[in-house]
Amino acid sequence: MDLRFTAEEIAFRDEARAFFRERIPAEIRRKVSEGRHLSKDDMVAAHRIMHARGWAVPHWPKEWGGQDLSAVQRYILNEEMQRAAVPPPLPFNVAMVGPVIATFGNEAQKRRFLPPTANLDIWWCQGFSEPGAGSDLAGLRTRAERQDGHYVINGQKAWTTLGQHADWMFALVRTDREAKKQEGISFLLIDMRTPGITVRPTITIDGTHEVNEIFFDDVKVPAENLVGVENRGWDYAKFLLANERTGIARVGLSKERIDRAKALAQAVQVGDGTLWDDPDFRKRVAAIEVQLKALEITQLRVVAAAARQKASGKPDPASSILKIKGSELQQATTELLKDIAGPYALPLTDPDELSNAPPVGPEWAATAAPVYFNTRKVSIYGGSNEIQRNIIAKAFLGL
Amino acid sequence: MDFDLSDEQRLLKDSVVRVVSDAYGAFEKRREHQAGPRGWSETLWTRYAELGLLGLPFAEDDGGFGGSAIETMIVMEAFGHGLVVEPYLATVVLGGGFVRLGGSAAQRARLIPRIADGSLRMAFAHVEPQARYHLADVATTARPDGDGHVIHGAKGVVLHGDSADLLVVSARTAGGRRDREGISLFLVDPAATEVTRRGYATQDGLRAAEIRFDGVRVGADACIGRLDGGLALIERVVDTALAAVAAEAVGAMEALQLTTVEYLKTRKQFGVPIGSFQALQHRAADMLVALEQARSMAIYAAMMADTTDAAERRTAVAAAKVQINESARMIGQAAVQLHGGIAMTQEYKVGHYFKRLTMIENFFGDTDTHLRAIAAAGGLGDAA
Repeated sequence: MDLRFTAEEIAFRDEARAFFRERIPAEIRRKVSEGRHLSKDDMVAAHRIMHARGWAVPHWPKEWGGQDLSAVQRYILNEEMQRAAVPPPLPFNVAMVGPVIATFGNEAQKRRFLPPTANLDIWWCQGFSEPGAGSDLAGLRTRAERQDGHYVINGQKAWTTLGQHADWMFALVRTDREAKKQEGISFLLIDMRTPGITVRPTITIDGTHEVNEIFFDDVKVPAENLVGVENRGWDYAKFLLANERTGIARVGLSKERIDRAKALAQAVQVGDGTLWDDPDFRKRVAAIEVQLKALEITQLRVVAAAARQKASGKPDPASSILKIKGSELQQATTELLKDIAGPYALPLTDPDELSNAPPVGPEWAATAAPVYFNTRKVSIYGGSNEIQRNIIAKAFLGL
Repeated sequence: MDFDLSDEQRLLKDSVVRVVSDAYGAFEKRREHQAGPRGWSETLWTRYAELGLLGLPFAEDDGGFGGSAIETMIVMEAFGHGLVVEPYLATVVLGGGFVRLGGSAAQRARLIPRIADGSLRMAFAHVEPQARYHLADVATTARPDGDGHVIHGAKGVVLHGDSADLLVVSARTAGGRRDREGISLFLVDPAATEVTRRGYATQDGLRAAEIRFDGVRVGADACIGRLDGGLALIERVVDTALAAVAAEAVGAMEALQLTTVEYLKTRKQFGVPIGSFQALQHRAADMLVALEQARSMAIYAAMMADTTDAAERRTAVAAAKVQINESARMIGQAAVQLHGGIAMTQEYKVGHYFKRLTMIENFFGDTDTHLRAIAAAGGLGDAA
């Protein structure tokens, strides 16, 4: 047993640390750290800088830009990216549709889609959830009917993150209404410029436009845009969701927030000293740090097992544990920052105007409450924490 | 980065698990071991010696097997799983820890072979009535007397102090009651007429003693470590013990988690196994999350227990103890709740695991104490 990285791994970490801090523009990283709105151009710029270095899609097959990194190196890359407050490569492209096309797509699809997907020349959005299909995703009802070389799509998707920027959508659609619900779903690629698609913003409680409702009204999609086999889409979706399991803990992100919380607390005046001098406050930070340390080691155990290819195919509660604790701790750090802001958590500033008009009170405090509100989503999306507990109970504990 | 056991460590684990399963597999056997004159089984103690467990952490040159904190973790986790009552923590980890980390060559040569062969049982007489968890709070005094010292004072909760053959006693040789400097450690024969012991049972089925020292004289060879400079050694040994008890707690928590899941599958109400109810499933899932978080921190504590940087070691072990305490409380309470009435009985094993885990929370620092220590240090650093 040894907790230390090897000399090569430390060299890789230092290289990654320097890259993220030196190459990704400081203004973009500052926005991420402070919880400000990122423009599409910001995200594309950061993504392409990483892709030029090979670090947007390092986990893809080598012929499509993969880097043959070890599980430990991928872990290090992810952690360093989060700690440097770098916006991650667009997950819909690199962690979701890319691996699905690379694994289940045909050669023509791979050649057509993988290079622009890796470079974010195509911006993908995820068309999975629907108003009536949240935790019960397989209950989705958007239907696709085959008519002379096309699928005709009718229905509605919901919670489509950054769909307002998207060029393409990968969607789960119902192609067989008679079959068992998991067995009548197909995985389709849909050009967002196709007539009949309407994108309508959903404004979330933090006042931002992050997610959308998307309506399909007799949308004609060429049959060649089917990935894999018709009615097997549920299998591809499960593959996609199981793909990147250690990233979901976001330990690096929570650490970055704690570093920031400590720095801010040392600047906030309370009485004759600062908030950091308050032993109750420090104890609260310490309690979060302890749980985060435990999660970090838990994650390292999962990475080490993956590195030694010990994933056995047996039911494994690791992703659910990482998701539950990781989301709880992300939320705990945003609660902390909101509380540090004190009374200046209250003034509402339009998120789009943050950089133009000076906010009431300290600039950093303006995002504290919105980020807290927004972060409630992390225990809801990607399989809510209650669904994760169901998975642990049923698949692992056998209850 | 590697969390796998070596081949030797796996063999060690197999043999400890086997002996614990033989000796403690049927829970009634634990009561038989507790009924012995010392409150634990001398037969089993001999068995542990034969297996090499009692000499495990000591250097080969001193008559041990050169094991690290990882080997101790393996033993303690298995002991926790079986709720073992023998004084391994008191003798090998605590008492033996002082000899191993602070003893002179002569002291090591005299004592370690006897610890390893099972003939010498030790205890650490430190905690005083006023001290709570403050390690430097020592009022017991040791005054120079010729080439030795004379000790006066009282110790309150000395784990396995009633059956120990030799005590490590902390006493003040200089400074005020809570000063960091001025604490020294002495080997004291508890059979001396100036030593009075009152043994008692603890809530978790172990034994402890209140011990008074009324002018007991020790010779020049009794001092362990540097005169007046004993606190750093105490902190080091206590951290080793906390890492060990973290592993013991993980073993006990795992036993409770497994027992509870089994019970949820077999106990029927409303015509179905109670494990089919989602309210109970989610609590069982949370027990597993708490167990894995605790396991991670027990591993972390073992890996950090031998770190030379004392400040780094102290915060790492404090963090581990906080997580162990939180998980122990969550899992212990949930195990009792999910079992229902049966877990409230003396007869059933779950309540006994719950009680041991609860007492571990109060062993060398509760959650608040350790959180304050981490907070005072400014927080935690990176793991790898």
